[in-house]
Amino acid sequence: MAEVTKLIHKYLRHDKKFPHVWCPGCGIGIMLGALIRAIDKCGFTKDEIVLVSGIGCTGRLPVYVDFNTLHTTHGRALAFATGVKLANPKLKVIVVMGDGDAVAIGGNHFIHAARRNIDLTAIILNNSIYGMTGGQYSPTTPYGMKTTTSSFFHIEQAFNISELAVTAGAPFVGRGTVYHARLLDSLMEKAFLKKGFAVVEVISHCHTQFGKLNKMGTAVEMMEWQRDHAVTVEKAAQMKEEELKDKFRIGILIDKELPVYLDEYEKIRTGSSGSGDRRP
Amino acid sequence: MTTKKGIEVSIAASIAAQLARVEVVAAYPITPQTHIVEHLSELVANGELEAVYINVESEHSAMSACCGASAAGARTFTSTSAQGLELMHEILFIASGMRLPIVMATVNRALSSPLSIWGDHSDIMAARDTGWIMLFCENGQEVVDSIIMAFKIAENRNVLLPVMVNLDGFSLSHVIEPIEFPSQKDVDSFLPPYKPLYSLHPDKPVTMGAYAMPELYTEAKYAQETALINSKKVIIDVMAEFGERFGRHYKPVETYNTENADFAFICLGSINENISTAIDELKSNGKEAGLIKLRLFRPFPKDELLAVLKDKKRIAIVERAMPGGAANSPLYNEIASLIYANKLHITLENYIVGLGGRDVHPEDFIDVFDMKIAAKKDNNNYNVIGVRE
Ligand SMILES: Cc1ncc(C[n+]2csc(CCOP(=O)(O)OP(=O)(O)O)c2C)c(N)n1
Ligand code: SF4
Ligand SMILES: [Mg+2]
Repeated sequence: MAEVTKLIHKYLRHDKKFPHVWCPGCGIGIMLGALIRAIDKCGFTKDEIVLVSGIGCTGRLPVYVDFNTLHTTHGRALAFATGVKLANPKLKVIVVMGDGDAVAIGGNHFIHAARRNIDLTAIILNNSIYGMTGGQYSPTTPYGMKTTTSSFFHIEQAFNISELAVTAGAPFVGRGTVYHARLLDSLMEKAFLKKGFAVVEVISHCHTQFGKLNKMGTAVEMMEWQRDHAVTVEKAAQMKEEELKDKFRIGILIDKELPVYLDEYEKIRTGSSGSGDRRP
Repeated sequence: MTTKKGIEVSIAASIAAQLARVEVVAAYPITPQTHIVEHLSELVANGELEAVYINVESEHSAMSACCGASAAGARTFTSTSAQGLELMHEILFIASGMRLPIVMATVNRALSSPLSIWGDHSDIMAARDTGWIMLFCENGQEVVDSIIMAFKIAENRNVLLPVMVNLDGFSLSHVIEPIEFPSQKDVDSFLPPYKPLYSLHPDKPVTMGAYAMPELYTEAKYAQETALINSKKVIIDVMAEFGERFGRHYKPVETYNTENADFAFICLGSINENISTAIDELKSNGKEAGLIKLRLFRPFPKDELLAVLKDKKRIAIVERAMPGGAANSPLYNEIASLIYANKLHITLENYIVGLGGRDVHPEDFIDVFDMKIAAKKDNNNYNVIGVRE
């Protein structure tokens, strides 16, 4: 059996839930591929993983994987995940969200999870739009773009998700694209192994809505756009601000050590009561 | 000059808001409401509607922004569904408590979990006691007319309350129907520009939503409740004026074939069309059943209901929401209390149908009439039609 087929058989509910609902050419599938390859590489067992998602095209992902899954509501995935992690810290909790999930309706949870530094991995697929509901502008829709709720051009400024995460205090933030699939594998692997709140922003395309409305071409052309506008962190360090104007950085944006919520909590708990582990 | 065209009901709803010359629309997209707000954003962007449209970051923000806009004196409109309505819940009370005449088209949809995007009334039943005036629609024409009437009701100085216009997700919102639109000129003369009694304005500052001590809170709430109950008179007047001007006549409680039958169904929303079909079918077999449609749900139209109920022997209350541990579904409970208080002797039956978009067929109602479903009644006081256990 080919390696990829083995992975598919091991991790995907290939005989139950397919075909999937995603449009042919959507980047979410590439992100899913990176996710299972990285999980496999890290050596987690399927049962120790809890995959939590919100609602959206991206939020649909838990339907297709064979882990513990928790399909929550739009925007609340991180809050649910916080509860899961507190109740059973032995679980590896991975949260998959769209840009709307993570920084629109769930924006508050996002900055607080980062600030609190709770041990979760947040994977955010940023396609600059609300894909599932029909292509309305999201907080990551760039200024000037067309969406179904900005017929001429969008007049708001966009969030930069990764920078928001850095500023909110996340100790690990990586950004990749679905074009740079191998980089994505390694970013996810590092994020999964990181202790603390780790964020991977995945720049992707919604060619059927965002692409179509903005005449950005096919899925392939939109991936070529990713190729042409992404600059590695290392290369960006050598470039002038002027040259980086319409570019975005990919790679590890921050990787630092910070006290992790549950460890700190444990210190207080054992310090004050002196007793053993009372957690489930 | 009226125009009649075949149009998707969601688009028609946004045109109704356009005809009402709404000034601020704040919304967050959610299926099956999306077409309403997308079309409004398009109308604004094309300069066909002189308004500000904003796609905020959640429904909680949407209703909050609507409250702000309305408090500052703008005619304000929004729309949502399901999870969105529940996320607004906190602010629904603020809108009614501050007496802000916001109009919202609520496209009724099932609540998670399990996740469902399809229609039922679990969303609105969870928000029914938020102090809003609530209208229900059976078809697209009613949606358009209700939205226009809603502003006139809401903004009446004796009312000043928000109004929700409910329409069923997909089975109404996404169908194409022939709909007649009144001309802008006629709507303008029916619905003059909104002149707030109080608004946030630098020339005459006011305080809204301030702290009420125990000595005052009860009075404030009593005044609000009284305004809601008394709004029925204004609602009836507005419906009558609408009828005179536009030739389509509405009432808080509407009936179909009730005069010929001592049995009647009571239901809210678009399922009424299926029930009417069942009634026609029954009639062709020599059986008589009536239908009582609640166009107005809040304030609960007690007198109008009693007038039709008083000579009935048997009533089937059909609802699209689970009782959630209550004795019966919400509408049943209210009708039972009305009947008890008025010492009527009517056999009540409670049927739950169409949850999460489950199809409902006229034959189901024929079975109800023939007592085929009631015979199977289990320990509950209600029957869930077609449920597999
Ligand atoms: C409270 C609430 N509001 C709105 C929605 C409707 N809704 C579902 S998915 C979605 C946006 C999805 O966008 P994003 O999170 O970017 O995911 P994508 O589909 O683009 O992957 C919205 C608005 C909802 N499910 N719940
Ligand atoms: S709508 Fe866009 S984001 Fe959703 S599956 Fe299709 S291409 Fe992907
Ligand atoms: Mg998105």
